[in-house]
Amino acid sequence: MSAERTRSILRAAAALIVVAACYEAIARSGIFPRALLPTLPTVADTLVQLVADGTMLRHAAYTLYRMLFGFALAVVVGLPLGILMGRFRSVENFFMPLASALMPIPSLAWVPVFILWFGLGNTVSILIVFYAAMFPMLLNAWSGVRSVNQLWLRAAGAMGADENALFWKVILPGASPFIITGLRQAFLRSWIAVVGAEMIAASDWGLGWVIYDAKEFLNADVMLASLAVIGLIGFAFERLVFGSIERATVLRWGMVRAAKG
Amino acid sequence: MYLKESETFSCGIATSGIILEIGRVECAGEWDVMDQVADAHVPVMPGTSVVHAKDARWRVIARNVFPFLVVGALWEAVAHLGVFPPRLFPPLEVVGAALVRLTASGILPHHAAETLLRLAAGFALAAAAGVAIGIAMGRSRRAEDIILPLVSIGAPIPGVAYAPLFMLWFGLGNVSAVLLVGFVSAFPIIFNTWTGVKAVKEIWVRSAQVMGADNRRLFRHVILPGSLPYILTGLRLGLAQAWRILVVVELLAAVPWGLGWLIFGAREFLNTDVMLAGIAVIGIIGLALEKLVFQRLENYTVVRWGMMVS
Repeated sequence: MSAERTRSILRAAAALIVVAACYEAIARSGIFPRALLPTLPTVADTLVQLVADGTMLRHAAYTLYRMLFGFALAVVVGLPLGILMGRFRSVENFFMPLASALMPIPSLAWVPVFILWFGLGNTVSILIVFYAAMFPMLLNAWSGVRSVNQLWLRAAGAMGADENALFWKVILPGASPFIITGLRQAFLRSWIAVVGAEMIAASDWGLGWVIYDAKEFLNADVMLASLAVIGLIGFAFERLVFGSIERATVLRWGMVRAAKG
Repeated sequence: MYLKESETFSCGIATSGIILEIGRVECAGEWDVMDQVADAHVPVMPGTSVVHAKDARWRVIARNVFPFLVVGALWEAVAHLGVFPPRLFPPLEVVGAALVRLTASGILPHHAAETLLRLAAGFALAAAAGVAIGIAMGRSRRAEDIILPLVSIGAPIPGVAYAPLFMLWFGLGNVSAVLLVGFVSAFPIIFNTWTGVKAVKEIWVRSAQVMGADNRRLFRHVILPGSLPYILTGLRLGLAQAWRILVVVELLAAVPWGLGWLIFGAREFLNTDVMLAGIAVIGIIGLALEKLVFQRLENYTVVRWGMMVS
Protein backbone atom coordinates (compact mmCIF):
# COMPACT_ATOMS: atom_id res chain seq x y z
CA MET A 1 0.00 0.00 0.00
CA SER A 2 2.68 2.41 1.04
CA ALA A 3 4.82 1.61 -1.98
CA GLU A 4 1.85 2.11 -4.21
CA ARG A 5 1.12 5.42 -2.58
CA THR A 6 4.67 6.62 -3.11
CA ARG A 7 4.44 5.58 -6.73
CA SER A 8 1.20 7.58 -7.13
CA ILE A 9 2.80 10.66 -5.66
CA LEU A 10 5.88 10.27 -7.84
CA ARG A 11 3.74 9.90 -10.93
CA ALA A 12 1.68 12.95 -9.99
CA ALA A 13 4.82 14.98 -9.48
CA ALA A 14 6.25 13.72 -12.75
CA ALA A 15 3.07 14.64 -14.60
CA LEU A 16 3.12 18.17 -13.19
CA ILE A 17 6.78 18.61 -14.02
CA VAL A 18 6.30 17.35 -17.56
CA VAL A 19 3.37 19.67 -18.17
CA ALA A 20 5.27 22.61 -16.69
CA ALA A 21 8.31 21.77 -18.82
CA CYS A 22 6.17 21.56 -21.98
CA TYR A 23 4.59 24.90 -21.18
CA GLU A 24 7.97 26.42 -20.51
CA ALA A 25 9.39 25.04 -23.74
CA ILE A 26 6.50 26.41 -25.79
CA ALA A 27 6.69 29.75 -24.03
CA ARG A 28 10.42 30.04 -24.63
CA SER A 29 10.34 28.79 -28.19
CA GLY A 30 8.74 32.06 -29.23
CA ILE A 31 5.99 30.47 -31.34
CA PHE A 32 3.57 32.66 -29.46
CA PRO A 33 4.31 36.22 -28.45
CA ARG A 34 5.88 36.51 -25.02
CA ALA A 35 3.14 38.84 -23.85
CA LEU A 36 0.50 36.17 -24.44
CA LEU A 37 2.41 33.21 -23.10
CA PRO A 38 4.76 34.35 -20.35
CA THR A 39 7.28 31.88 -18.98
CA LEU A 40 6.63 30.39 -15.56
CA PRO A 41 9.45 32.31 -13.84
CA THR A 42 7.91 35.53 -15.13
CA VAL A 43 4.53 34.56 -13.73
CA ALA A 44 6.06 33.60 -10.39
CA ASP A 45 8.00 36.83 -10.36
CA THR A 46 4.86 38.87 -11.00
CA LEU A 47 3.02 36.98 -8.31
CA VAL A 48 5.73 37.60 -5.74
CA GLN A 49 5.91 41.24 -6.69
CA LEU A 50 2.15 41.74 -6.48
CA VAL A 51 1.98 39.99 -3.15
CA ALA A 52 4.98 41.88 -1.81
CA ASP A 53 3.67 45.34 -2.65
CA GLY A 54 0.29 44.44 -1.20
CA THR A 55 -1.88 44.95 -4.28
CA MET A 56 -2.71 41.29 -4.62
CA LEU A 57 -3.66 41.10 -0.98
CA ARG A 58 -5.88 44.09 -1.33
CA HIS A 59 -7.59 42.61 -4.40
CA ALA A 60 -8.09 39.36 -2.54
CA ALA A 61 -9.43 41.19 0.49
CA TYR A 62 -12.03 43.02 -1.58
CA THR A 63 -13.08 39.84 -3.32
CA LEU A 64 -13.32 37.91 -0.07
CA TYR A 65 -15.31 40.68 1.55
CA ARG A 66 -17.87 40.70 -1.26
CA MET A 67 -18.05 36.96 -1.39
CA LEU A 68 -18.32 36.35 2.32
CA PHE A 69 -20.90 39.09 2.72
CA GLY A 70 -23.12 37.63 0.01
CA PHE A 71 -22.51 34.10 1.19
CA ALA A 72 -23.41 34.98 4.77
CA LEU A 73 -26.56 36.68 3.56
CA ALA A 74 -27.49 33.58 1.59
CA VAL A 75 -26.93 31.36 4.61
CA VAL A 76 -28.88 33.64 6.91
CA VAL A 77 -31.84 33.67 4.54
CA GLY A 78 -31.55 30.31 2.82
CA LEU A 79 -30.92 28.05 5.76
CA PRO A 80 -33.92 29.03 7.94
CA LEU A 81 -36.15 29.27 4.91
CA GLY A 82 -35.09 25.84 3.71
CA ILE A 83 -35.70 24.35 7.14
CA LEU A 84 -39.11 25.99 7.34
CA MET A 85 -39.90 24.63 3.89
CA GLY A 86 -38.94 21.18 5.05
CA ARG A 87 -41.06 21.44 8.18
CA PHE A 88 -44.16 23.22 6.94
CA ARG A 89 -46.04 22.23 3.84
CA SER A 90 -47.56 25.69 3.32
CA VAL A 91 -44.15 27.39 3.27
CA GLU A 92 -42.94 24.78 0.82
CA ASN A 93 -45.96 25.25 -1.39
CA PHE A 94 -45.33 28.94 -1.59
CA PHE A 95 -41.58 29.11 -2.08
CA MET A 96 -40.83 25.98 -4.06
CA PRO A 97 -42.43 27.10 -7.34
CA LEU A 98 -40.66 30.44 -7.07
CA ALA A 99 -37.32 28.79 -6.36
CA SER A 100 -37.67 26.37 -9.23
CA ALA A 101 -38.49 29.21 -11.61
CA LEU A 102 -35.54 31.35 -10.55
CA MET A 103 -32.98 28.58 -10.21
CA PRO A 104 -32.31 27.86 -13.88
CA ILE A 105 -31.40 31.50 -14.46
CA PRO A 106 -27.63 31.88 -14.10
CA SER A 107 -26.84 34.46 -11.46
CA LEU A 108 -24.50 36.34 -13.77
CA ALA A 109 -27.33 37.04 -16.20
CA TRP A 110 -28.70 39.39 -13.55
CA VAL A 111 -25.53 41.48 -13.42
CA PRO A 112 -26.62 44.07 -16.01
CA VAL A 113 -30.05 44.44 -14.45
CA PHE A 114 -28.54 44.82 -11.00
CA ILE A 115 -26.07 47.37 -12.30
CA LEU A 116 -28.96 49.47 -13.53
CA TRP A 117 -30.80 49.08 -10.25
CA PHE A 118 -27.98 49.47 -7.78
CA GLY A 119 -25.17 51.16 -9.67
CA LEU A 120 -21.64 49.88 -10.11
CA GLY A 121 -19.81 48.71 -7.03
CA ASN A 122 -20.03 46.39 -4.09
CA THR A 123 -23.80 46.08 -3.86
CA VAL A 124 -24.09 44.37 -7.22
CA SER A 125 -21.38 41.82 -6.49
CA ILE A 126 -22.78 41.05 -3.08
CA LEU A 127 -26.30 40.58 -4.38
CA ILE A 128 -25.12 38.39 -7.24
CA VAL A 129 -23.24 36.21 -4.78
CA PHE A 130 -26.35 36.10 -2.65
CA TYR A 131 -28.45 35.00 -5.60
CA ALA A 132 -25.95 32.35 -6.61
CA ALA A 133 -25.46 30.92 -3.13
CA MET A 134 -29.08 31.11 -2.07
CA PHE A 135 -30.47 28.18 -4.05
CA PRO A 136 -28.02 25.43 -3.15
CA MET A 137 -28.39 26.46 0.49
CA LEU A 138 -32.16 26.52 0.34
CA LEU A 139 -32.59 23.25 -1.51
CA ASN A 140 -30.12 21.31 0.56
CA ALA A 141 -31.59 22.52 3.84
CA TRP A 142 -35.01 21.62 2.54
CA SER A 143 -34.14 18.15 1.34
CA GLY A 144 -32.02 17.56 4.44
CA VAL A 145 -34.95 18.22 6.73
CA ARG A 146 -37.22 16.11 4.57
CA SER A 147 -34.81 13.22 4.51
CA VAL A 148 -34.53 12.88 8.28
CA ASN A 149 -35.50 9.33 9.07
CA GLN A 150 -39.17 9.17 10.09
CA LEU A 151 -38.29 6.47 12.57
CA TRP A 152 -36.00 8.82 14.47
CA LEU A 153 -38.72 11.44 14.66
CA ARG A 154 -41.23 8.96 15.99
CA ALA A 155 -38.77 7.44 18.39
CA ALA A 156 -37.84 10.85 19.78
CA GLY A 157 -41.53 11.76 19.97
CA ALA A 158 -42.31 8.56 21.81
CA MET A 159 -39.52 9.27 24.23
CA GLY A 160 -41.22 12.52 25.04
CA ALA A 161 -39.15 15.05 23.09
CA ASP A 162 -40.94 18.34 22.66
CA GLU A 163 -40.86 20.33 19.44
CA ASN A 164 -37.81 22.26 20.58
CA ALA A 165 -35.75 19.23 21.56
CA LEU A 166 -36.89 17.42 18.44
CA PHE A 167 -35.55 20.23 16.29
CA TRP A 168 -32.17 20.64 17.97
CA LYS A 169 -31.47 17.02 18.80
CA VAL A 170 -32.95 15.15 15.87
CA ILE A 171 -33.83 17.26 12.86
CA LEU A 172 -30.83 19.53 12.79
CA PRO A 173 -28.19 16.80 13.21
CA GLY A 174 -30.15 14.58 10.87
CA ALA A 175 -30.19 17.21 8.17
CA SER A 176 -26.61 18.29 8.76
CA PRO A 177 -24.94 16.26 5.99
CA PHE A 178 -27.21 17.95 3.49
CA ILE A 179 -26.74 21.33 5.10
CA ILE A 180 -22.99 21.00 4.91
CA THR A 181 -23.21 19.90 1.30
CA GLY A 182 -25.36 22.96 0.77
CA LEU A 183 -22.78 25.22 2.39
CA ARG A 184 -20.10 23.76 0.16
CA GLN A 185 -22.08 24.10 -3.00
CA ALA A 186 -23.15 27.59 -2.01
CA PHE A 187 -19.55 28.50 -1.39
CA LEU A 188 -18.43 27.15 -4.73
CA ARG A 189 -21.20 29.02 -6.51
CA SER A 190 -20.42 32.25 -4.72
CA TRP A 191 -16.79 31.95 -5.61
CA ILE A 192 -17.70 31.66 -9.28
CA ALA A 193 -20.27 34.41 -9.03
CA VAL A 194 -18.02 36.90 -7.30
CA VAL A 195 -15.30 36.60 -9.91
CA GLY A 196 -17.80 36.97 -12.75
CA ALA A 197 -19.61 39.84 -11.11
CA GLU A 198 -16.38 41.68 -10.42
CA MET A 199 -15.32 41.46 -14.03
CA ILE A 200 -18.42 43.31 -15.08
CA ALA A 201 -19.44 45.41 -12.12
CA ALA A 202 -16.40 46.17 -9.98
CA SER A 203 -14.61 49.41 -10.44
CA ASP A 204 -11.10 49.19 -9.11
CA TRP A 205 -10.35 46.30 -6.78
CA GLY A 206 -11.04 42.60 -6.77
CA LEU A 207 -9.47 39.50 -8.25
CA GLY A 208 -12.04 39.23 -11.02
CA TRP A 209 -11.52 42.82 -11.94
CA VAL A 210 -7.75 42.55 -12.03
CA ILE A 211 -7.88 39.62 -14.46
CA TYR A 212 -10.25 41.44 -16.72
CA ASP A 213 -8.28 44.62 -16.50
CA ALA A 214 -5.00 42.85 -17.21
CA LYS A 215 -6.46 41.67 -20.49
CA GLU A 216 -6.73 45.24 -21.66
CA PHE A 217 -3.01 45.69 -21.21
CA LEU A 218 -2.01 42.22 -22.45
CA ASN A 219 -0.57 41.41 -19.05
CA ALA A 220 -0.87 37.66 -19.31
CA ASP A 221 1.52 37.24 -16.39
CA VAL A 222 -0.76 39.23 -14.11
CA MET A 223 -3.71 37.19 -15.30
CA LEU A 224 -2.03 33.88 -14.62
CA ALA A 225 -0.82 35.10 -11.24
CA SER A 226 -4.34 36.14 -10.24
CA LEU A 227 -5.71 32.85 -11.52
CA ALA A 228 -3.28 31.07 -9.26
CA VAL A 229 -4.41 33.14 -6.29
CA ILE A 230 -8.07 32.51 -7.09
CA GLY A 231 -7.48 28.80 -7.36
CA LEU A 232 -5.47 28.75 -4.18
CA ILE A 233 -8.12 30.54 -2.14
CA GLY A 234 -10.89 28.34 -3.49
CA PHE A 235 -8.90 25.23 -2.80
CA ALA A 236 -7.96 26.35 0.70
CA PHE A 237 -11.54 27.05 1.63
CA GLU A 238 -12.78 23.80 0.23
CA ARG A 239 -10.13 21.68 1.90
CA LEU A 240 -9.42 23.47 5.14
CA VAL A 241 -12.64 25.15 6.09
CA PHE A 242 -15.25 22.73 4.85
CA GLY A 243 -13.14 19.67 5.38
CA SER A 244 -12.69 20.53 9.04
CA ILE A 245 -16.31 21.52 9.53
CA GLU A 246 -17.26 18.16 8.17
CA ARG A 247 -14.81 16.31 10.37
CA ALA A 248 -15.99 18.18 13.44
CA THR A 249 -19.67 17.53 12.83
CA VAL A 250 -21.16 14.92 10.57
CA LEU A 251 -18.18 12.59 10.44
CA ARG A 252 -17.86 12.58 14.20
CA TRP A 253 -21.57 12.03 14.64
CA GLY A 254 -21.31 9.09 12.28
CA MET A 255 -23.76 10.62 9.82
CA VAL A 256 -21.61 9.85 6.81
CA ARG A 257 -18.76 7.53 6.11
CA ALA A 258 -15.30 8.89 5.42
CA ALA A 259 -13.89 8.21 2.00
CA LYS A 260 -12.09 4.98 1.63
CA GLY A 261 -8.39 5.68 1.27
CA MET B 1 -37.25 10.94 0.48
CA TYR B 2 -35.84 9.62 -2.66
CA LEU B 3 -32.22 8.71 -2.84
CA LYS B 4 -30.91 6.58 -5.60
CA GLU B 5 -28.45 3.96 -4.68
CA SER B 6 -25.69 5.75 -6.47
CA GLU B 7 -26.43 8.89 -4.56
CA THR B 8 -26.37 7.32 -1.19
CA PHE B 9 -22.95 6.19 -2.15
CA SER B 10 -21.87 9.56 -3.30
CA CYS B 11 -23.39 11.15 -0.22
CA GLY B 12 -21.43 8.72 1.80
CA ILE B 13 -18.01 9.70 0.63
CA ALA B 14 -17.38 12.82 2.48
CA THR B 15 -13.81 14.01 2.60
CA SER B 16 -11.09 14.51 0.04
CA GLY B 17 -12.24 17.54 -1.69
CA ILE B 18 -13.54 18.67 -4.96
CA ILE B 19 -14.27 15.37 -6.54
CA LEU B 20 -16.75 14.56 -3.90
CA GLU B 21 -18.11 18.02 -3.84
CA ILE B 22 -18.88 17.63 -7.47
CA GLY B 23 -19.97 14.06 -7.10
CA ARG B 24 -22.26 14.93 -4.30
CA VAL B 25 -23.93 17.85 -5.90
CA GLU B 26 -26.45 15.33 -7.10
CA CYS B 27 -27.04 14.49 -3.49
CA ALA B 28 -29.53 17.22 -3.25
CA GLY B 29 -29.50 17.70 -6.97
CA GLU B 30 -31.50 20.52 -8.23
CA TRP B 31 -34.55 20.04 -10.26
CA ASP B 32 -35.03 16.33 -10.18
CA VAL B 33 -35.19 15.82 -6.46
CA MET B 34 -37.73 18.50 -6.25
CA ASP B 35 -40.29 17.11 -8.51
CA GLN B 36 -39.73 13.57 -7.40
CA VAL B 37 -40.73 14.70 -3.99
CA ALA B 38 -43.48 16.86 -5.34
CA ASP B 39 -44.83 13.82 -7.16
CA ALA B 40 -44.48 11.74 -4.07
CA HIS B 41 -46.81 13.75 -1.97
CA VAL B 42 -49.65 14.27 -4.31
CA PRO B 43 -52.28 13.86 -1.62
CA VAL B 44 -52.73 10.28 -0.57
CA MET B 45 -54.98 11.02 2.37
CA PRO B 46 -56.58 7.79 3.40
CA GLY B 47 -60.01 9.16 4.28
CA THR B 48 -60.52 11.46 1.32
CA SER B 49 -59.71 9.16 -1.57
CA VAL B 50 -63.04 10.05 -3.12
CA VAL B 51 -61.56 13.27 -4.43
CA HIS B 52 -61.46 13.12 -8.20
CA ALA B 53 -58.08 12.90 -9.80
CA LYS B 54 -58.94 15.85 -12.00
CA ASP B 55 -59.83 17.93 -9.01
CA ALA B 56 -56.51 17.12 -7.37
CA ARG B 57 -54.66 18.11 -10.49
CA TRP B 58 -56.33 21.48 -10.59
CA ARG B 59 -55.43 22.01 -7.01
CA VAL B 60 -51.78 21.25 -7.77
CA ILE B 61 -51.79 23.73 -10.63
CA ALA B 62 -53.47 26.39 -8.54
CA ARG B 63 -50.98 25.81 -5.76
CA ASN B 64 -48.07 26.28 -8.13
CA VAL B 65 -49.50 29.38 -9.75
CA PHE B 66 -50.45 31.15 -6.54
CA PRO B 67 -46.95 32.27 -5.46
CA PHE B 68 -46.31 33.74 -8.89
CA LEU B 69 -49.54 35.71 -8.67
CA VAL B 70 -48.48 37.12 -5.32
CA VAL B 71 -45.03 38.10 -6.51
CA GLY B 72 -46.43 39.41 -9.78
CA ALA B 73 -48.93 41.55 -7.93
CA LEU B 74 -46.22 42.92 -5.67
CA TRP B 75 -44.05 43.70 -8.68
CA GLU B 76 -46.93 45.46 -10.42
CA ALA B 77 -47.73 47.47 -7.33
CA VAL B 78 -44.14 48.63 -6.93
CA ALA B 79 -43.81 49.38 -10.63
CA HIS B 80 -47.02 51.39 -10.80
CA LEU B 81 -46.46 53.27 -7.59
CA GLY B 82 -43.48 54.87 -9.24
CA VAL B 83 -41.02 54.23 -6.42
CA PHE B 84 -38.42 53.53 -9.08
CA PRO B 85 -38.29 55.11 -12.51
CA PRO B 86 -40.41 52.96 -14.86
CA ARG B 87 -37.47 52.85 -17.24
CA LEU B 88 -35.54 50.82 -14.65
CA PHE B 89 -38.42 48.92 -13.13
CA PRO B 90 -40.94 48.27 -15.88
CA PRO B 91 -44.33 46.75 -15.06
CA LEU B 92 -44.82 43.17 -16.17
CA GLU B 93 -47.04 43.98 -19.12
CA VAL B 94 -44.23 46.05 -20.62
CA VAL B 95 -41.82 43.14 -20.20
CA GLY B 96 -44.40 40.83 -21.75
CA ALA B 97 -44.88 43.22 -24.64
CA ALA B 98 -41.12 43.35 -25.19
CA LEU B 99 -41.01 39.58 -25.17
CA VAL B 100 -43.78 39.32 -27.75
CA ARG B 101 -42.35 42.09 -29.89
CA LEU B 102 -38.86 40.62 -29.98
CA THR B 103 -40.15 37.13 -30.63
CA ALA B 104 -42.43 38.26 -33.42
CA SER B 105 -39.67 40.19 -35.15
CA GLY B 106 -37.42 37.15 -34.98
CA ILE B 107 -34.70 38.85 -32.98
CA LEU B 108 -35.14 36.82 -29.83
CA PRO B 109 -35.27 33.44 -31.61
CA HIS B 110 -32.10 34.35 -33.47
CA HIS B 111 -30.31 35.23 -30.24
CA ALA B 112 -31.57 32.06 -28.59
CA ALA B 113 -30.55 29.89 -31.55
CA GLU B 114 -27.02 31.27 -31.55
CA THR B 115 -26.72 30.73 -27.83
CA LEU B 116 -28.00 27.16 -28.08
CA LEU B 117 -25.66 26.39 -30.94
CA ARG B 118 -22.71 27.63 -28.92
CA LEU B 119 -23.90 25.67 -25.93
CA ALA B 120 -24.24 22.51 -28.01
CA ALA B 121 -20.80 22.87 -29.54
CA GLY B 122 -19.07 23.56 -26.27
CA PHE B 123 -20.95 20.88 -24.43
CA ALA B 124 -20.32 18.26 -27.10
CA LEU B 125 -16.63 19.00 -26.83
CA ALA B 126 -16.75 18.69 -23.07
CA ALA B 127 -18.81 15.51 -23.13
CA ALA B 128 -16.53 13.74 -25.60
CA ALA B 129 -13.31 14.75 -23.89
CA GLY B 130 -14.66 14.50 -20.34
CA VAL B 131 -16.12 11.00 -20.63
CA ALA B 132 -13.01 9.71 -22.41
CA ILE B 133 -10.64 11.18 -19.82
CA GLY B 134 -12.83 10.08 -16.95
CA ILE B 135 -13.00 6.50 -18.16
CA ALA B 136 -9.27 6.39 -18.75
CA MET B 137 -8.73 7.66 -15.20
CA GLY B 138 -11.13 5.15 -13.75
CA ARG B 139 -9.69 2.18 -15.59
CA SER B 140 -5.98 2.82 -15.43
CA ARG B 141 -4.09 3.60 -12.32
CA ARG B 142 -1.37 5.27 -14.33
CA ALA B 143 -3.75 7.61 -16.11
CA GLU B 144 -5.35 8.47 -12.80
CA ASP B 145 -2.03 9.37 -11.20
CA ILE B 146 -1.04 11.52 -14.12
CA ILE B 147 -4.28 13.32 -14.87
CA LEU B 148 -5.81 13.75 -11.42
CA PRO B 149 -3.34 16.38 -10.16
CA LEU B 150 -3.76 18.39 -13.34
CA VAL B 151 -7.53 18.29 -13.14
CA SER B 152 -7.54 19.04 -9.42
CA ILE B 153 -5.50 22.15 -10.04
CA GLY B 154 -7.77 23.40 -12.80
CA ALA B 155 -11.09 22.62 -11.17
CA PRO B 156 -11.21 24.99 -8.20
CA ILE B 157 -10.67 28.03 -10.39
CA PRO B 158 -14.02 29.48 -11.43
CA GLY B 159 -14.64 29.18 -15.16
CA VAL B 160 -15.23 32.88 -15.69
CA ALA B 161 -11.76 33.61 -14.43
CA TYR B 162 -10.34 31.81 -17.45
CA ALA B 163 -12.40 33.91 -19.82
CA PRO B 164 -9.98 36.82 -20.33
CA LEU B 165 -7.12 34.38 -20.77
CA PHE B 166 -8.97 32.44 -23.45
CA MET B 167 -9.81 35.65 -25.22
CA LEU B 168 -6.21 36.67 -25.19
CA TRP B 169 -5.16 33.33 -26.61
CA PHE B 170 -7.96 32.58 -29.04
CA GLY B 171 -9.24 36.02 -29.86
CA LEU B 172 -12.70 37.44 -29.44
CA GLY B 173 -15.66 35.60 -30.87
CA ASN B 174 -17.02 32.12 -31.22
CA VAL B 175 -13.83 30.11 -30.96
CA SER B 176 -12.93 31.26 -27.50
CA ALA B 177 -16.56 31.16 -26.35
CA VAL B 178 -17.01 27.54 -27.41
CA LEU B 179 -13.62 26.45 -26.12
CA LEU B 180 -14.19 28.09 -22.78
CA VAL B 181 -17.62 26.54 -22.35
CA GLY B 182 -16.16 23.16 -23.26
CA PHE B 183 -13.20 23.55 -20.95
CA VAL B 184 -15.28 24.62 -17.98
CA SER B 185 -18.01 22.03 -18.31
CA ALA B 186 -15.50 19.21 -18.79
CA PHE B 187 -14.52 19.19 -15.11
CA PRO B 188 -17.72 17.84 -13.55
CA ILE B 189 -17.98 15.32 -16.39
CA ILE B 190 -14.44 14.07 -15.78
CA PHE B 191 -14.92 13.78 -12.03
CA ASN B 192 -18.24 12.03 -12.20
CA THR B 193 -17.20 9.61 -14.92
CA TRP B 194 -14.10 8.77 -12.96
CA THR B 195 -16.06 8.21 -9.74
CA GLY B 196 -18.62 6.19 -11.66
CA VAL B 197 -16.12 3.84 -13.23
CA LYS B 198 -14.50 3.33 -9.86
CA ALA B 199 -17.87 2.71 -8.25
CA VAL B 200 -18.74 -0.20 -10.51
CA LYS B 201 -19.08 -3.12 -8.14
CA GLU B 202 -15.93 -5.18 -8.06
CA ILE B 203 -18.01 -8.32 -7.94
CA TRP B 204 -19.71 -7.53 -11.25
CA VAL B 205 -16.36 -7.05 -12.92
CA ARG B 206 -14.99 -10.28 -11.48
CA SER B 207 -18.01 -12.36 -12.29
CA ALA B 208 -18.01 -11.07 -15.85
CA GLN B 209 -14.35 -11.97 -16.11
CA VAL B 210 -14.97 -15.42 -14.68
CA MET B 211 -17.69 -15.90 -17.24
CA GLY B 212 -15.10 -15.20 -19.87
CA ALA B 213 -15.81 -11.62 -20.91
CA ASP B 214 -12.90 -10.05 -22.76
CA ASN B 215 -11.94 -6.47 -22.16
CA ARG B 216 -14.20 -5.03 -24.79
CA ARG B 217 -17.27 -6.86 -23.64
CA LEU B 218 -16.45 -6.10 -20.05
CA PHE B 219 -16.40 -2.44 -20.91
CA ARG B 220 -19.48 -2.49 -23.08
CA HIS B 221 -21.69 -4.67 -20.88
CA VAL B 222 -20.51 -4.05 -17.35
CA ILE B 223 -18.49 -0.92 -16.89
CA LEU B 224 -20.40 1.39 -19.17
CA PRO B 225 -23.87 0.54 -17.85
CA GLY B 226 -22.56 0.37 -14.31
CA SER B 227 -21.10 3.84 -14.39
CA LEU B 228 -23.79 5.42 -16.51
CA PRO B 229 -25.79 6.92 -13.65
CA TYR B 230 -22.70 8.84 -12.62
CA ILE B 231 -21.82 9.77 -16.16
CA LEU B 232 -25.30 11.15 -16.68
CA THR B 233 -25.04 13.09 -13.45
CA GLY B 234 -21.75 14.47 -14.69
CA LEU B 235 -23.22 15.42 -18.04
CA ARG B 236 -26.12 17.09 -16.35
CA LEU B 237 -23.87 19.08 -14.04
CA GLY B 238 -21.63 19.89 -16.97
CA LEU B 239 -24.53 21.19 -18.97
CA ALA B 240 -25.75 23.29 -16.06
CA GLN B 241 -22.26 24.69 -15.67
CA ALA B 242 -21.97 25.36 -19.39
CA TRP B 243 -25.27 27.15 -19.34
CA ARG B 244 -24.26 29.27 -16.38
CA ILE B 245 -21.02 30.37 -17.92
CA LEU B 246 -22.18 30.87 -21.48
CA VAL B 247 -24.16 33.98 -20.63
CA VAL B 248 -21.11 35.76 -19.27
CA VAL B 249 -18.86 34.48 -21.99
CA GLU B 250 -21.17 35.95 -24.57
CA LEU B 251 -20.78 39.33 -23.03
CA LEU B 252 -17.04 39.19 -22.57
CA ALA B 253 -16.20 37.56 -25.90
CA ALA B 254 -18.19 40.11 -27.87
CA VAL B 255 -20.04 37.67 -30.08
CA PRO B 256 -22.51 39.31 -32.43
CA TRP B 257 -25.61 37.36 -31.36
CA GLY B 258 -26.65 35.54 -28.24
CA LEU B 259 -28.92 35.95 -25.24
CA GLY B 260 -26.08 37.07 -23.00
CA TRP B 261 -25.15 39.71 -25.47
CA LEU B 262 -28.79 40.78 -25.81
CA ILE B 263 -29.02 41.42 -22.07
CA PHE B 264 -25.74 43.24 -21.80
CA GLY B 265 -26.40 45.23 -24.95
CA ALA B 266 -29.82 46.29 -23.71
CA ARG B 267 -28.23 47.76 -20.60
CA GLU B 268 -26.48 50.40 -22.67
CA PHE B 269 -29.84 51.72 -23.77
CA LEU B 270 -31.58 51.29 -20.42
CA ASN B 271 -33.95 48.80 -22.00
CA THR B 272 -34.79 47.05 -18.77
CA ASP B 273 -37.82 45.42 -20.35
CA VAL B 274 -35.64 43.76 -22.98
CA MET B 275 -33.20 42.62 -20.32
CA LEU B 276 -35.91 41.04 -18.22
CA ALA B 277 -37.43 39.40 -21.28
CA GLY B 278 -34.02 37.95 -22.12
CA ILE B 279 -33.58 36.66 -18.59
CA ALA B 280 -36.99 35.01 -18.76
CA VAL B 281 -36.01 33.23 -21.96
CA ILE B 282 -32.76 32.10 -20.37
CA GLY B 283 -34.69 30.67 -17.45
CA ILE B 284 -37.13 28.86 -19.71
CA ILE B 285 -34.38 27.32 -21.82
CA GLY B 286 -32.48 26.26 -18.72
CA LEU B 287 -35.54 24.56 -17.31
CA ALA B 288 -36.36 22.92 -20.63
CA LEU B 289 -32.84 21.53 -21.02
CA GLU B 290 -33.08 19.88 -17.66
CA LYS B 291 -36.63 18.60 -17.91
CA LEU B 292 -36.85 17.57 -21.52
CA VAL B 293 -33.34 16.50 -22.36
CA PHE B 294 -31.93 14.91 -19.26
CA GLN B 295 -34.92 13.40 -17.61
CA ARG B 296 -35.83 11.73 -20.86
CA LEU B 297 -32.31 10.48 -21.43
CA GLU B 298 -32.27 9.09 -17.93
CA ASN B 299 -35.57 7.33 -18.40
CA TYR B 300 -34.37 5.74 -21.61
CA THR B 301 -31.15 4.42 -20.17
CA VAL B 302 -30.42 3.94 -16.50
CA VAL B 303 -33.99 3.84 -15.29
CA ARG B 304 -34.97 1.28 -17.90
CA TRP B 305 -31.98 -0.85 -17.11
CA GLY B 306 -32.97 -0.79 -13.47
CA MET B 307 -29.84 1.05 -12.41
CA MET B 308 -31.82 3.77 -10.79
CA VAL B 309 -35.26 4.21 -9.36
CA SER B 310 -37.29 6.65 -11.33
